[in-house]
Amino acid sequence: MTSAVSFQKASRHFGSVRAVDAVDLDIAPGEFFAMLGPSGSGKTTCLRLIAGFEQPTSGSISIFGERAEGVPPYRRNVNTVFQDYALFPHLNVLDNVAYGLMVKGVGKAERHKAAEEALSLVRLPGYGARRPGQLSGGQRQRVALARALVNQPKVLLLDEPLGALDLKLRENMQEELKSLQKALGITFVFVTHDQGEALSMADRVAVFNDGKIMQIGTPEDIYQRPKTRFVADFVGSSNVLPPDFVQRYSGQHRWGSLRPESIRVGRAASGVTSGEGVSARLVSTNYLGATTKLALDADGLRLHAIAPAGTALPAEGEAVVLTFNREHLHLMDEPA
Amino acid sequence: MRSDGSQSAPLGLKIAATCGLLFLHLPILLIFVYAFTTEEKSFVWPPPGLTTQWFAVTWNRPDVWQALSLSVRVAAISTAIALVLGTLCSAAVSRTKFFGRETISLLVILPIALPGIITGIALRSAFSLADIPFSFWTIVLGHATFCVVVVYNNAVARFRRTSGSMIEASMDLGADGFQTFRHVVLPNIATALLAGGMLAFALSFDEVIVTTFTAGQQQTLPIWMLEELIRPRQRPVTNVVAMVVMLVTLLPILAAYYLTRDGDQIAGSGK
Repeated sequence: MTSAVSFQKASRHFGSVRAVDAVDLDIAPGEFFAMLGPSGSGKTTCLRLIAGFEQPTSGSISIFGERAEGVPPYRRNVNTVFQDYALFPHLNVLDNVAYGLMVKGVGKAERHKAAEEALSLVRLPGYGARRPGQLSGGQRQRVALARALVNQPKVLLLDEPLGALDLKLRENMQEELKSLQKALGITFVFVTHDQGEALSMADRVAVFNDGKIMQIGTPEDIYQRPKTRFVADFVGSSNVLPPDFVQRYSGQHRWGSLRPESIRVGRAASGVTSGEGVSARLVSTNYLGATTKLALDADGLRLHAIAPAGTALPAEGEAVVLTFNREHLHLMDEPA
Repeated sequence: MRSDGSQSAPLGLKIAATCGLLFLHLPILLIFVYAFTTEEKSFVWPPPGLTTQWFAVTWNRPDVWQALSLSVRVAAISTAIALVLGTLCSAAVSRTKFFGRETISLLVILPIALPGIITGIALRSAFSLADIPFSFWTIVLGHATFCVVVVYNNAVARFRRTSGSMIEASMDLGADGFQTFRHVVLPNIATALLAGGMLAFALSFDEVIVTTFTAGQQQTLPIWMLEELIRPRQRPVTNVVAMVVMLVTLLPILAAYYLTRDGDQIAGSGK
């Protein structure tokens, strides 16, 4: 099967800066694909390589089997939802959405009808006559989405589309984007620095750092089985355990990771010390509503644990014993 | 203390403001009054009598028409050149990064910072070095040097405020470079170009210093006026011309003011 988007050793260097460095990537048709990474990790440059705003300095990129190098953005069947939405302030909402059809020479009645349909798709019917300046952030986001979808792209690129929205709106949009993608069957490529967003929406996630892909996998893979310390730390702030520590529990001298929710915290006095546990001191507690986050100090090793609400917790500064199920201790590929 | 809208300003401030406005605008009114005076050799106050005969006299003076026509043509061509070059230059400077960008920006702005007399002397010696005889085009060239600056400044400011991703969005949606310019760039900078163009036209229309060095024997309207003031005959003709020019230019300037004001509101609210 042809990939929707395929990178073969694609690089984009700006002078000595390797924004994207020899990236191999295959995105399947109809997939909801997230590119996750801190700012400056190359994920947005990757998106711009697909859109055609950047050209690879080496390697090759193909979109549905067609070579993309040298093809300008306006000849690619790919559309983008920009981070700042980039709506045209001099056009009303309907003409904004119809813009892609207008430059293709579609007649006025026909393109306005298509734009009206796209607006209904993003649940903004009847907003056509307004100016972008009269809309709220969430509405502008939907207009940007409708404008990108009206051209019926094969791949839709979304550059941190929810970054400017408040939390509640963001959660609604996440669900909506997901169901829209399912309904339309278009390949979505989504750039974000929010690991929660990537994990909850995407079919697969690529974690970027320093212009390279650290790991590609399903959200569960990425979360449960990080390959490197970076991934473990960036995706959901896992506890990264040094090789010496890991060796005591698994017998292997390798870096390990342990999810905060896998750690059970008990009072040292309660007698669970069967040699299994790690003795530690509770440094601080951080109440988060549904859970409480505990900061622990195990003989100089900083660990985090998460306890569900309602658990009786030791006081801050108290000595505690940490226990965990050994199969939850994940060994990483990264060499010790 | 902050004054809110309903509170009226203190009396002293009102008087000061009125005096300031009178100081600025009374001399202009005087020009209007002298256009109707019966005394033609010197400006005496109060005018000994009022007449409208100078309008007819002005109408029938061919030198007025020649000077006016030359000024309009020079200003129109200089503005047109400035619009094209100024827009291209501002687009290059604000849209791309290249070696020497700051230098080019400075060189473009320089003519308006330089005293006109230096621009004038420089152009005149350049023309004589290159053996170029004075003509309509030498005036235009002189005027274009500073007309480009005003268009450039206006356009650069507008480019800076329009989001760069808008152009990318247009390309992304299938518009090539020309379509993007036509449908996205131009509508967004149009009011800035209008304002810059009108300012350029006005600057060119009343320019004296550079023109004296590049015009040779030709008379643009301001130079004609200067020469007319030293001649003791039919003096009110100058006033009539000044008054008509002022009234005729007032309308487009008002129009430009309202147009660009609305434009700013739209661009501002789009953010």
